[in-house]
Amino acid sequence: MNVGVLALQGDFREHKLMLERLGCSVQEVRLPKHLEGLSGVIFPGGESTTIGKLMVAYQMDAALKKFAASGGAIWGTCAGAILLATDIVDSNQPRLGLLEMRIRRNAFGRQVDSFEVPLEVAGLVAPFHTVFIRAPVIESVGEGVEVLSSFEGRIVVARKDRIMASSFHPELTNDSRLHQLFLEKVIGS
Amino acid sequence: MLESKVNHTETGTLRVKTGFAEMFKGGVIMDVVTPEQAIIAEDAGATAVMALERVPADIRRDGGVARMSDPDMVVGIVNAVSIPVMAKCRIGHFVEAQILQSLGVDFIDESEVLTPADMQYHVNKHDFKVPFVCGSRNLGEALRRIGEGAAMIRTKGEPGTGDVVEAVTHARQIMGEIRKVQGLPEDELMTMARDLQAPFELVRYVWANGKLPVPNFAAGGVATPADAALMMHLGMDGVFVGSGIFKSGDPVKRAQAIVKAVTHYKDPEILAQVSRNLGEAMVGIQVVALTPEQKMAVRGW
Repeated sequence: MNVGVLALQGDFREHKLMLERLGCSVQEVRLPKHLEGLSGVIFPGGESTTIGKLMVAYQMDAALKKFAASGGAIWGTCAGAILLATDIVDSNQPRLGLLEMRIRRNAFGRQVDSFEVPLEVAGLVAPFHTVFIRAPVIESVGEGVEVLSSFEGRIVVARKDRIMASSFHPELTNDSRLHQLFLEKVIGS
Repeated sequence: MLESKVNHTETGTLRVKTGFAEMFKGGVIMDVVTPEQAIIAEDAGATAVMALERVPADIRRDGGVARMSDPDMVVGIVNAVSIPVMAKCRIGHFVEAQILQSLGVDFIDESEVLTPADMQYHVNKHDFKVPFVCGSRNLGEALRRIGEGAAMIRTKGEPGTGDVVEAVTHARQIMGEIRKVQGLPEDELMTMARDLQAPFELVRYVWANGKLPVPNFAAGGVATPADAALMMHLGMDGVFVGSGIFKSGDPVKRAQAIVKAVTHYKDPEILAQVSRNLGEAMVGIQVVALTPEQKMAVRGW
Protein backbone atom coordinates (compact mmCIF):
# COMPACT_ATOMS: atom_id res chain seq x y z
CA MET A 1 0.00 0.00 0.00
CA ASN A 2 1.30 3.48 -0.87
CA VAL A 3 0.96 5.80 2.08
CA GLY A 4 2.36 9.28 2.60
CA VAL A 5 3.71 11.07 5.63
CA LEU A 6 3.49 14.86 5.64
CA ALA A 7 7.17 15.80 6.01
CA LEU A 8 7.06 19.60 6.38
CA GLN A 9 8.20 19.49 10.02
CA GLY A 10 7.93 17.21 13.06
CA ASP A 11 8.48 13.54 13.83
CA PHE A 12 7.55 12.24 10.39
CA ARG A 13 10.42 9.75 10.39
CA GLU A 14 8.90 7.83 13.31
CA HIS A 15 5.61 7.44 11.42
CA LYS A 16 7.51 6.40 8.32
CA LEU A 17 9.41 3.69 10.22
CA MET A 18 6.17 2.39 11.75
CA LEU A 19 4.43 2.20 8.36
CA GLU A 20 7.43 0.50 6.77
CA ARG A 21 7.37 -2.10 9.53
CA LEU A 22 3.78 -2.79 8.51
CA GLY A 23 4.85 -3.37 4.91
CA CYS A 24 3.84 -0.02 3.37
CA SER A 25 5.78 1.85 0.75
CA VAL A 26 6.08 5.34 2.26
CA GLN A 27 6.33 8.67 0.45
CA GLU A 28 7.53 11.82 2.28
CA VAL A 29 5.10 14.57 1.26
CA ARG A 30 6.49 18.12 1.03
CA LEU A 31 4.92 19.40 -2.18
CA PRO A 32 1.56 18.76 -3.93
CA LYS A 33 3.20 16.51 -6.54
CA HIS A 34 4.19 14.05 -3.79
CA LEU A 35 0.51 13.12 -3.19
CA GLU A 36 0.15 11.29 -6.50
CA GLY A 37 -0.81 7.64 -6.15
CA LEU A 38 -1.26 7.70 -2.37
CA SER A 39 -4.27 6.17 -0.63
CA GLY A 40 -3.66 7.84 2.73
CA VAL A 41 -1.49 10.42 4.47
CA ILE A 42 -0.42 10.75 8.10
CA PHE A 43 0.18 14.20 9.61
CA PRO A 44 2.90 13.84 12.28
CA GLY A 45 3.41 15.56 15.59
CA GLY A 46 5.43 18.77 15.56
CA GLU A 47 4.57 22.43 15.85
CA SER A 48 1.14 23.06 14.33
CA THR A 49 1.77 26.76 13.59
CA THR A 50 4.99 25.89 11.73
CA ILE A 51 3.43 23.06 9.71
CA GLY A 52 0.39 25.22 8.92
CA LYS A 53 2.53 28.03 7.53
CA LEU A 54 4.66 25.66 5.45
CA MET A 55 1.45 24.11 4.09
CA VAL A 56 0.18 27.46 2.88
CA ALA A 57 3.58 28.49 1.45
CA TYR A 58 3.62 25.83 -1.27
CA GLN A 59 -0.15 25.26 -1.78
CA MET A 60 -0.15 22.02 0.21
CA ASP A 61 -3.35 23.14 1.96
CA ALA A 62 -5.38 23.22 -1.27
CA ALA A 63 -3.75 20.00 -2.47
CA LEU A 64 -4.60 18.14 0.75
CA LYS A 65 -8.22 19.35 0.69
CA LYS A 66 -8.46 18.06 -2.86
CA PHE A 67 -6.83 14.80 -1.80
CA ALA A 68 -9.43 14.32 0.95
CA ALA A 69 -12.31 15.31 -1.34
CA SER A 70 -11.26 12.66 -3.84
CA GLY A 71 -11.33 9.92 -1.19
CA GLY A 72 -7.84 10.06 0.32
CA ALA A 73 -7.65 9.06 3.99
CA ILE A 74 -5.88 11.27 6.55
CA TRP A 75 -4.83 10.67 10.15
CA GLY A 76 -3.44 13.55 12.18
CA THR A 77 -1.52 12.98 15.43
CA CYS A 78 -1.17 15.84 17.95
CA ALA A 79 -0.13 18.86 15.81
CA GLY A 80 -1.54 16.92 12.86
CA ALA A 81 -4.91 16.67 14.61
CA ILE A 82 -4.95 20.45 15.12
CA LEU A 83 -4.42 20.97 11.38
CA LEU A 84 -7.51 18.85 10.61
CA ALA A 85 -9.88 20.75 12.91
CA THR A 86 -12.59 23.18 11.86
CA ASP A 87 -12.27 25.20 15.06
CA ILE A 88 -9.06 25.92 17.05
CA VAL A 89 -9.65 27.65 20.40
CA ASP A 90 -8.04 31.14 20.59
CA SER A 91 -6.18 30.79 17.32
CA ASN A 92 -6.49 31.90 13.72
CA GLN A 93 -3.60 29.73 12.53
CA PRO A 94 -3.95 27.90 9.19
CA ARG A 95 -6.01 24.66 9.30
CA LEU A 96 -7.70 22.38 6.78
CA GLY A 97 -11.09 22.03 8.50
CA LEU A 98 -11.54 18.45 7.31
CA LEU A 99 -12.92 17.11 10.61
CA GLU A 100 -15.72 18.94 12.37
CA MET A 101 -14.34 19.43 15.86
CA ARG A 102 -13.31 22.15 18.28
CA ILE A 103 -9.75 21.55 19.48
CA ARG A 104 -7.71 23.26 22.22
CA ARG A 105 -3.91 23.46 21.92
CA ASN A 106 -1.65 22.68 24.90
CA ALA A 107 -4.75 21.64 26.84
CA PHE A 108 -2.84 19.87 29.62
CA GLY A 109 -0.32 22.68 30.28
CA ARG A 110 3.34 23.18 29.47
CA GLN A 111 6.03 20.55 28.83
CA VAL A 112 6.52 19.68 32.53
CA ASP A 113 2.87 18.54 32.49
CA SER A 114 3.35 16.17 29.52
CA PHE A 115 2.61 12.55 30.47
CA GLU A 116 2.21 8.89 29.53
CA VAL A 117 -0.81 6.75 30.41
CA PRO A 118 -2.36 3.46 29.25
CA LEU A 119 -5.71 4.19 27.57
CA GLU A 120 -8.54 2.21 26.03
CA VAL A 121 -9.25 2.88 22.38
CA ALA A 122 -12.39 1.59 20.62
CA GLY A 123 -11.46 -1.17 18.20
CA LEU A 124 -8.35 -2.27 20.12
CA VAL A 125 -8.55 -5.19 22.55
CA ALA A 126 -5.90 -4.22 25.13
CA PRO A 127 -5.19 -0.66 26.37
CA PHE A 128 -2.82 1.46 24.27
CA HIS A 129 0.20 3.07 25.95
CA THR A 130 -0.28 6.73 25.06
CA VAL A 131 2.25 9.58 25.12
CA PHE A 132 0.80 13.10 25.46
CA ILE A 133 3.25 15.94 24.74
CA ARG A 134 1.93 19.50 25.14
CA ALA A 135 -1.08 17.78 23.72
CA PRO A 136 -4.37 19.19 22.43
CA VAL A 137 -7.82 17.90 23.43
CA ILE A 138 -10.94 17.77 21.34
CA GLU A 139 -13.52 19.82 23.23
CA SER A 140 -16.47 18.92 21.06
CA VAL A 141 -17.24 17.12 17.82
CA GLY A 142 -19.80 17.66 15.07
CA GLU A 143 -22.55 15.35 13.94
CA GLY A 144 -21.48 11.92 12.82
CA VAL A 145 -17.98 12.23 14.30
CA GLU A 146 -17.24 9.08 16.27
CA VAL A 147 -15.31 9.31 19.56
CA LEU A 148 -12.83 6.43 19.79
CA SER A 149 -11.12 7.32 23.06
CA SER A 150 -11.17 9.82 25.86
CA PHE A 151 -9.06 10.58 28.91
CA GLU A 152 -10.67 11.93 32.08
CA GLY A 153 -13.77 12.78 30.08
CA ARG A 154 -11.85 14.69 27.39
CA ILE A 155 -11.89 13.41 23.82
CA VAL A 156 -8.49 12.30 22.51
CA VAL A 157 -9.30 10.18 19.42
CA ALA A 158 -12.06 10.98 16.93
CA ARG A 159 -12.95 9.83 13.46
CA LYS A 160 -15.43 10.47 10.69
CA ASP A 161 -15.32 8.36 7.54
CA ARG A 162 -11.78 8.67 6.16
CA ILE A 163 -10.45 11.32 8.53
CA MET A 164 -9.04 10.44 11.98
CA ALA A 165 -7.45 12.59 14.69
CA SER A 166 -5.54 11.67 17.86
CA SER A 167 -4.10 13.90 20.60
CA PHE A 168 -1.25 11.56 21.47
CA HIS A 169 1.75 10.00 19.71
CA PRO A 170 1.48 6.29 18.79
CA GLU A 171 4.62 6.76 16.67
CA LEU A 172 6.71 7.25 19.84
CA THR A 173 5.91 3.72 21.06
CA ASN A 174 6.57 0.29 19.59
CA ASP A 175 2.83 -0.41 19.39
CA SER A 176 1.69 -0.36 15.77
CA ARG A 177 -1.97 -1.23 16.37
CA LEU A 178 -3.30 2.26 15.66
CA HIS A 179 -1.29 2.47 12.45
CA GLN A 180 -2.73 -0.89 11.52
CA LEU A 181 -6.22 0.35 12.35
CA PHE A 182 -5.62 3.37 10.09
CA LEU A 183 -4.46 1.15 7.22
CA GLU A 184 -7.22 -1.46 7.55
CA LYS A 185 -10.25 0.43 8.83
CA VAL A 186 -9.77 4.02 7.69
CA ILE A 187 -7.95 3.64 4.37
CA GLY A 188 -9.70 0.32 3.80
CA SER A 189 -13.20 1.67 4.53
CA MET B 1 -18.11 7.39 24.79
CA LEU B 2 -15.34 5.04 25.83
CA GLU B 3 -13.80 6.17 29.12
CA SER B 4 -10.41 4.90 30.22
CA LYS B 5 -10.34 2.84 33.42
CA VAL B 6 -6.56 3.01 33.68
CA ASN B 7 -5.56 6.19 35.39
CA HIS B 8 -1.92 5.89 36.25
CA THR B 9 -0.36 8.93 34.63
CA GLU B 10 3.37 9.64 34.71
CA THR B 11 5.03 12.98 33.96
CA GLY B 12 8.68 13.89 33.35
CA THR B 13 9.61 10.46 31.95
CA LEU B 14 12.50 9.95 29.55
CA ARG B 15 10.02 9.13 26.77
CA VAL B 16 8.06 12.31 27.36
CA LYS B 17 11.28 14.35 27.38
CA THR B 18 12.94 12.86 24.30
CA GLY B 19 9.53 12.59 22.59
CA PHE B 20 9.15 16.35 22.96
CA ALA B 21 12.58 16.84 21.39
CA GLU B 22 11.45 14.67 18.44
CA MET B 23 8.67 17.20 17.76
CA PHE B 24 11.20 19.94 16.95
CA LYS B 25 12.72 17.93 14.09
CA GLY B 26 12.77 19.53 10.67
CA GLY B 27 12.29 22.88 12.37
CA VAL B 28 14.11 26.05 13.36
CA ILE B 29 14.59 27.27 16.94
CA MET B 30 15.32 30.99 17.08
CA ASP B 31 17.10 33.15 19.68
CA VAL B 32 14.96 36.11 20.80
CA VAL B 33 15.60 38.85 23.36
CA THR B 34 12.15 40.51 23.58
CA PRO B 35 8.48 39.41 23.41
CA GLU B 36 8.22 41.36 20.12
CA GLN B 37 11.02 39.29 18.58
CA ALA B 38 9.38 36.11 19.91
CA ILE B 39 6.16 37.00 18.10
CA ILE B 40 8.08 37.71 14.88
CA ALA B 41 9.78 34.30 15.22
CA GLU B 42 6.46 32.52 15.82
CA ASP B 43 4.87 34.28 12.84
CA ALA B 44 7.81 33.28 10.67
CA GLY B 45 7.28 29.60 11.55
CA ALA B 46 9.80 28.92 14.33
CA THR B 47 9.11 25.64 16.16
CA ALA B 48 10.36 27.19 19.41
CA VAL B 49 12.14 30.28 20.67
CA MET B 50 15.19 30.55 22.92
CA ALA B 51 14.62 33.39 25.40
CA LEU B 52 17.79 35.22 26.40
CA GLU B 53 18.95 38.70 27.36
CA ARG B 54 21.69 38.98 24.77
CA VAL B 55 22.29 36.96 21.61
CA PRO B 56 25.72 35.27 21.42
CA ALA B 57 27.15 37.95 19.12
CA ASP B 58 26.48 40.57 21.82
CA ILE B 59 27.76 38.33 24.62
CA ARG B 60 30.96 37.96 22.60
CA ARG B 61 31.18 41.75 22.04
CA ASP B 62 30.38 42.77 25.63
CA GLY B 63 32.59 40.24 27.42
CA GLY B 64 32.25 39.75 31.19
CA VAL B 65 30.22 37.00 32.87
CA ALA B 66 27.14 35.80 30.97
CA ARG B 67 24.40 34.32 33.20
CA MET B 68 20.82 33.05 33.10
CA SER B 69 18.36 35.73 31.93
CA ASP B 70 16.12 37.74 34.27
CA PRO B 71 13.01 35.68 35.15
CA ASP B 72 10.75 38.63 34.21
CA MET B 73 12.22 38.69 30.75
CA VAL B 74 11.80 34.91 30.34
CA VAL B 75 8.20 34.96 31.59
CA GLY B 76 7.41 37.90 29.30
CA ILE B 77 8.37 35.73 26.35
CA VAL B 78 6.60 32.62 27.71
CA ASN B 79 3.39 34.68 27.88
CA ALA B 80 3.83 36.23 24.43
CA VAL B 81 3.78 33.08 22.26
CA SER B 82 1.95 29.74 21.93
CA ILE B 83 5.02 27.82 20.74
CA PRO B 84 7.48 26.23 23.21
CA VAL B 85 10.01 28.47 24.96
CA MET B 86 13.57 27.44 25.82
CA ALA B 87 16.04 29.26 28.08
CA LYS B 88 19.73 28.87 28.91
CA CYS B 89 21.47 28.04 32.17
CA ARG B 90 25.21 28.00 32.75
CA ILE B 91 27.08 24.69 32.52
CA GLY B 92 26.78 22.98 35.92
CA HIS B 93 24.51 25.66 37.41
CA PHE B 94 21.67 23.42 38.61
CA VAL B 95 20.08 26.23 40.63
CA GLU B 96 19.63 28.36 37.53
CA ALA B 97 18.06 25.25 35.97
CA GLN B 98 15.70 24.82 38.95
CA ILE B 99 14.65 28.45 38.62
CA LEU B 100 13.99 28.09 34.89
CA GLN B 101 11.96 24.92 35.48
CA SER B 102 9.85 26.70 38.09
CA LEU B 103 9.16 29.52 35.59
CA GLY B 104 7.53 27.00 33.25
CA VAL B 105 10.06 27.05 30.40
CA ASP B 106 9.61 24.02 28.15
CA PHE B 107 13.28 23.18 27.54
CA ILE B 108 16.59 24.18 29.15
CA ASP B 109 19.80 24.66 27.18
CA GLU B 110 22.79 23.98 29.45
CA SER B 111 24.89 26.21 27.29
CA GLU B 112 28.54 27.02 26.65
CA VAL B 113 27.35 30.41 25.34
CA LEU B 114 27.03 31.46 28.98
CA THR B 115 30.04 31.50 31.30
CA PRO B 116 30.45 28.02 32.86
CA ALA B 117 29.61 27.82 36.58
CA ASP B 118 31.43 24.53 37.06
CA MET B 119 34.73 23.59 35.44
CA GLN B 120 34.27 19.84 35.98
CA TYR B 121 30.64 18.79 36.23
CA HIS B 122 27.45 19.31 34.27
CA VAL B 123 23.90 19.43 35.68
CA ASN B 124 22.41 16.02 36.57
CA LYS B 125 19.55 16.37 34.12
CA HIS B 126 17.76 13.20 35.33
CA ASP B 127 16.76 15.23 38.40
CA PHE B 128 14.47 17.46 36.33
CA LYS B 129 11.02 17.12 34.77
CA VAL B 130 11.89 19.67 32.13
CA PRO B 131 14.03 18.31 29.26
CA PHE B 132 17.55 19.61 28.48
CA VAL B 133 19.55 20.22 25.32
CA CYS B 134 23.37 20.29 25.45
CA GLY B 135 26.10 21.12 22.97
CA SER B 136 28.72 18.66 21.81
CA ARG B 137 31.67 18.53 19.45
CA ASN B 138 32.03 14.78 19.16
CA LEU B 139 30.27 11.48 19.89
CA GLY B 140 31.87 10.95 23.31
CA GLU B 141 30.75 14.36 24.53
CA ALA B 142 27.23 13.81 23.13
CA LEU B 143 26.88 10.43 24.88
CA ARG B 144 28.20 11.81 28.18
CA ARG B 145 25.52 14.52 28.08
CA ILE B 146 22.84 11.95 27.19
CA GLY B 147 24.12 9.80 30.05
CA GLU B 148 23.51 12.78 32.35
CA GLY B 149 19.93 12.96 31.04
CA ALA B 150 20.02 15.33 28.04
CA ALA B 151 16.95 14.79 25.79
CA MET B 152 18.47 16.58 22.82
CA ILE B 153 21.96 17.29 21.48
CA ARG B 154 23.16 20.13 19.29
CA THR B 155 26.50 20.90 17.72
CA LYS B 156 28.35 23.66 19.52
CA GLY B 157 29.63 25.30 16.40
CA GLU B 158 31.09 28.69 17.28
CA PRO B 159 28.18 30.81 18.50
CA GLY B 160 27.85 34.49 17.66
CA THR B 161 30.23 34.36 14.69
CA GLY B 162 27.95 33.81 11.69
CA ASP B 163 30.64 31.39 10.48
CA VAL B 164 29.22 27.89 9.96
CA VAL B 165 32.59 26.13 9.76
CA GLU B 166 32.69 24.84 13.34
CA ALA B 167 29.12 23.52 13.19
CA VAL B 168 30.10 21.64 10.03
CA THR B 169 33.21 20.26 11.74
CA HIS B 170 31.21 19.05 14.76
CA ALA B 171 28.41 17.54 12.65
CA ARG B 172 30.89 15.67 10.45
CA GLN B 173 32.80 14.51 13.51
CA ILE B 174 29.71 13.10 15.28
CA MET B 175 28.20 11.53 12.17
CA GLY B 176 31.58 10.04 11.20
CA GLU B 177 32.05 8.54 14.65
CA ILE B 178 28.52 7.10 14.57
CA ARG B 179 29.32 5.38 11.25
CA LYS B 180 32.57 4.08 12.71
CA VAL B 181 30.82 2.60 15.78
CA GLN B 182 28.14 1.07 13.57
CA GLY B 183 30.75 -0.78 11.56
CA LEU B 184 32.48 -2.38 14.56
CA PRO B 185 32.11 -6.02 15.56
CA GLU B 186 30.28 -6.31 18.89
CA ASP B 187 33.34 -7.45 20.81
CA GLU B 188 35.14 -4.15 20.12
CA LEU B 189 32.44 -1.93 21.67
CA MET B 190 33.86 -1.77 25.20
CA THR B 191 37.23 -0.58 24.01
CA MET B 192 35.46 1.94 21.78
CA ALA B 193 33.46 3.17 24.80
CA ARG B 194 36.76 3.58 26.67
CA ASP B 195 38.30 5.57 23.80
CA LEU B 196 35.23 7.78 23.41
CA GLN B 197 34.95 8.23 27.19
CA ALA B 198 31.26 7.41 26.82
CA PRO B 199 28.82 5.12 28.68
CA PHE B 200 28.96 1.58 27.27
CA GLU B 201 25.17 1.09 26.98
CA LEU B 202 24.85 4.26 24.90
CA VAL B 203 27.72 3.21 22.63
CA ARG B 204 25.86 -0.07 22.21
CA TYR B 205 22.68 1.83 21.31
CA VAL B 206 24.54 3.78 18.61
CA TRP B 207 26.04 0.53 17.29
CA ALA B 208 22.62 -1.15 17.06
CA ASN B 209 20.65 1.84 15.73
CA GLY B 210 23.13 3.92 13.73
CA LYS B 211 22.04 7.13 15.43
CA LEU B 212 22.01 8.95 18.76
CA PRO B 213 19.15 7.97 21.11
CA VAL B 214 17.94 11.61 21.01
CA PRO B 215 17.55 14.21 18.22
CA ASN B 216 20.70 16.01 17.12
CA PHE B 217 20.45 19.62 15.93
CA ALA B 218 22.85 22.07 14.32
CA ALA B 219 23.83 25.21 16.18
CA GLY B 220 26.57 27.81 16.30
CA GLY B 221 27.17 30.02 13.28
CA VAL B 222 24.16 29.32 11.03
CA ALA B 223 23.38 32.61 9.24
CA THR B 224 21.75 31.83 5.87
CA PRO B 225 19.14 29.47 4.37
CA ALA B 226 21.98 27.70 2.57
CA ASP B 227 23.85 27.19 5.88
CA ALA B 228 20.70 25.65 7.39
CA ALA B 229 20.16 23.33 4.41
CA LEU B 230 23.83 22.32 4.49
CA MET B 231 23.48 21.22 8.13
CA MET B 232 20.37 19.17 7.25
CA HIS B 233 22.29 17.42 4.47
CA LEU B 234 25.01 16.55 6.99
CA GLY B 235 22.42 14.57 8.96
CA MET B 236 21.24 17.10 11.55
CA ASP B 237 17.58 16.84 12.62
CA GLY B 238 16.92 20.60 12.72
CA VAL B 239 18.59 23.94 13.30
CA PHE B 240 19.11 26.53 16.03
CA VAL B 241 19.68 30.05 14.75
CA GLY B 242 21.12 32.41 17.33
CA SER B 243 22.40 35.80 16.28
CA GLY B 244 21.85 35.04 12.58
CA ILE B 245 18.26 36.30 12.40
CA PHE B 246 17.88 39.37 14.57
CA LYS B 247 21.39 40.64 13.79
CA SER B 248 20.56 40.67 10.07
CA GLY B 249 19.08 43.44 7.93
CA ASP B 250 15.61 41.93 7.46
CA PRO B 251 14.86 39.47 10.31
CA VAL B 252 11.29 38.62 9.18
CA LYS B 253 12.29 37.67 5.69
CA ARG B 254 15.42 35.81 6.78
CA ALA B 255 13.53 33.88 9.47
CA GLN B 256 10.86 32.76 6.98
CA ALA B 257 13.53 31.80 4.45
CA ILE B 258 15.48 29.66 6.93
CA VAL B 259 12.27 27.85 8.00
CA LYS B 260 11.52 26.98 4.37
CA ALA B 261 15.13 26.00 3.72
CA VAL B 262 15.11 23.42 6.53
CA THR B 263 11.95 21.73 5.18
CA HIS B 264 12.98 21.85 1.52
CA TYR B 265 16.72 21.35 2.03
CA LYS B 266 16.91 18.81 -0.79
CA ASP B 267 15.32 21.19 -3.33
CA PRO B 268 17.92 23.66 -4.72
CA GLU B 269 15.28 25.55 -6.73
CA ILE B 270 13.31 26.40 -3.59
CA LEU B 271 16.58 27.23 -1.81
CA ALA B 272 17.53 29.63 -4.61
CA GLN B 273 14.13 31.26 -4.46
CA VAL B 274 14.12 31.80 -0.67
CA SER B 275 17.73 33.05 -0.69
CA ARG B 276 16.92 36.04 -2.93
CA ASN B 277 16.92 39.61 -1.58
CA LEU B 278 17.31 38.78 2.08
CA GLY B 279 19.21 42.00 2.80
CA GLU B 280 22.36 42.12 4.89
CA ALA B 281 23.40 38.93 6.67
CA MET B 282 24.82 39.38 10.16
CA VAL B 283 28.35 40.76 10.15
CA GLY B 284 30.47 37.71 10.71
CA ILE B 285 33.67 36.90 12.52
CA GLN B 286 35.83 34.24 10.94
CA VAL B 287 36.37 31.40 13.40
CA VAL B 288 40.02 31.08 12.28
CA ALA B 289 40.56 34.67 13.46
CA LEU B 290 39.53 33.86 17.05
CA THR B 291 42.13 33.31 19.74
CA PRO B 292 41.75 30.11 21.83
CA GLU B 293 40.37 32.17 24.77
CA GLN B 294 37.65 33.62 22.53
CA LYS B 295 36.27 30.20 21.58
CA MET B 296 33.12 29.10 23.37
CA ALA B 297 33.03 25.58 21.88
CA VAL B 298 35.84 24.36 24.15
CA ARG B 299 33.62 24.86 27.21
CA GLY B 300 32.09 21.55 28.40
CA TRP B 301 33.65 18.51 30.02
